[in-house]
Amino acid sequence: MLEIKGLRARVGGRDILKGIDLAVGAGEVHAVMGPNGSGKSTLAGVLAGRSEYEVTAGSATYNGRDLLDLDPEERAREGLFLAFQYPVEIPGVNNAYFLKAALNAVRKHRGEPEIDAMGFMALIRDKMTLLDMDQALMSRPVNDGFSGGEKKRNEIFQMAVLEPKLAILDETDSGLDIDALKVVANGVNALRGPDRSAIVVTHYQRLLDYIVPDFVHVLSDGRIVRSGGKELALELDDKGYGWLEAEAQPA
Amino acid sequence: MATLTASRAAAGHYLTAIERAERDRVHEPAWLRDVRRSAADAFGRMGIPTTRDEEWRATNVAPIADTPFVSAPLVTVSPEETARFLVPGLAGPLLVFVNGRYAAELSAPGLPAAGLTVATIGDALERGPESLEPFLARHSDSAVHPFAALNTALFEDGALVAVADNTVADLPIQLVFLSTATAAPAMSAPRVLVVLGRNSQARVIETFGSLRHASGFTNAVTEVVVGDGSVLEHCRLQLESESACHVGCTGFHVGRSSRSSSHAFAFGGRIARHDTVAVLAGEGADCTLNGLYLAGGNQLIDNHTEIDHARPHGTSHELYKGILGGRARGVFNGRIRVRPDAQKTDAKQTNRALLLSDEAQVNTKPQLEIFANDVRCTHGATVGQLSQEALFYLRTRGIGLDDATSLLVRAFAADVTSRTGLEPVRAELDRLLAARLPALLGEEAPR
Repeated sequence: MLEIKGLRARVGGRDILKGIDLAVGAGEVHAVMGPNGSGKSTLAGVLAGRSEYEVTAGSATYNGRDLLDLDPEERAREGLFLAFQYPVEIPGVNNAYFLKAALNAVRKHRGEPEIDAMGFMALIRDKMTLLDMDQALMSRPVNDGFSGGEKKRNEIFQMAVLEPKLAILDETDSGLDIDALKVVANGVNALRGPDRSAIVVTHYQRLLDYIVPDFVHVLSDGRIVRSGGKELALELDDKGYGWLEAEAQPA
Repeated sequence: MATLTASRAAAGHYLTAIERAERDRVHEPAWLRDVRRSAADAFGRMGIPTTRDEEWRATNVAPIADTPFVSAPLVTVSPEETARFLVPGLAGPLLVFVNGRYAAELSAPGLPAAGLTVATIGDALERGPESLEPFLARHSDSAVHPFAALNTALFEDGALVAVADNTVADLPIQLVFLSTATAAPAMSAPRVLVVLGRNSQARVIETFGSLRHASGFTNAVTEVVVGDGSVLEHCRLQLESESACHVGCTGFHVGRSSRSSSHAFAFGGRIARHDTVAVLAGEGADCTLNGLYLAGGNQLIDNHTEIDHARPHGTSHELYKGILGGRARGVFNGRIRVRPDAQKTDAKQTNRALLLSDEAQVNTKPQLEIFANDVRCTHGATVGQLSQEALFYLRTRGIGLDDATSLLVRAFAADVTSRTGLEPVRAELDRLLAARLPALLGEEAPR
């Protein structure tokens, strides 16, 4: 589904990603872990098409297409979804209106007819129940005045409505209490299937108790320094990142 | 001194026009002749302002001074042409004026209703001029505003909306002023007087539009008197062509415990200047001044507002927003005056501008003049561009760049337009904005 090779990227003249290789197959969930500043969020941003990140080398192929060549909206229509670490507040743009516009943009791209008001309402009611969300949030402006937890839920709710093929969750767990964490994980797990994949970026192992990954990668100083199964996350939780960072130093 | 002399000289053809108008008018009551005479004198003293005048520093009206605008000829306008400037979905009384003169065939004043007068000023002067005497030209400051003085000296006709005590005008009243393209650039001086008695209520919409890319000069004055305990909503849609000059003065006199809200939308004009002055003349008066302007190309849109808290316990809320593309310029000057007697005043002013191009610019100046000690006054101004972060967020959900941009600009505008109580006006403004946006964004330097 996604194949990243030798990916390097810089932000504001500073090299952040220094050669990432990562292959995500259909139906797989990959966790990307690492200390602050290791490049986790940069990787997520580059994959979603953030313009201030400059790719200097390498490639990312998504379902056979050059991902890096696509505009952010084209990536989204092709089924890529980024759940933001810091969801953006958009005053004045109604949440339901926004989501319907997004859904119809994706449907149009797939050659499907626009969803009508009734169908849309039925769909969002289902998904809101899944995410245990307050219906009133739909008539409010996007993320405007939402609590931290409401914003994160809104991200996963949007994901549930848009049904992406590849979801990238950028520290969706940060700042969530355990109940909200379970609800969010529940939303992600409901979307798991043989043709859907996810990259779960997280600082802590905690989320991975609820979203059990097939693979775990550890990012340090812009490189993947270790990959393994879900047990690697537990090991990290035990020992911290220090031992891997020491290992990653060039000999 | 050269500038001053030039402006005096340029005012010459206006003075000639005033003299001619005086000769042509024979049947006006003495009090009105006096009012017009002193306005003419005031205009003669002030002339057309230059950028040396503090109130006109950012707005150069030399084209108005230099163009020998003539009195507009009589022109017939079709209902189809008029329809463009009517807000769809409003069923109330309608008066249409073309080049400052009443067009009966385009108007629908409606059946006489108890306590409500919707008529032309000309008719009202013929039938009972004494009813106008306490109000007409009492609430526009001809002594300090040269264009208000010019209008008072020159106006031929206009609209009168009078609502008697304890009367509610159910339907919104629409007043439409059209200017037409003429062989020689023409000027018109539309006049509006709105008088609400005690405990009454009304909604008035004024629209200024140009037909066939008219490049004339509209110099409008509106006076609004809101009696004690009354509620007024006033919308002003300035939709003139981008080659027209438009100057407007709107004055509100707000009585005790009454509520007045003004929503001024300026989308048109090559040079467009609108002065809004609200006097909170009674205790506990509440005043809202909202505005939205939209400027592209080489347009210059200037909004000057003044809220005068004259009595205690007054509240005022002011929000002005501008959207600018191309090489457009916006000016906002917001004065709030709190007089020594006006204790417990609560005034809030916000001004925001959204720049869609690198060459657009805005001058903004809040002026607080506070002479009372127990008051709350706040003001804030921001100038910015569209949030790149918000654009990116929308795009990552599949919404294309153009749609995302349009969504954000319309949301910026809706913050103002949604404050009108008149849903048809809000919808019409959103439609006008959406229609105008592609051109406005097309003028933008490449991102």
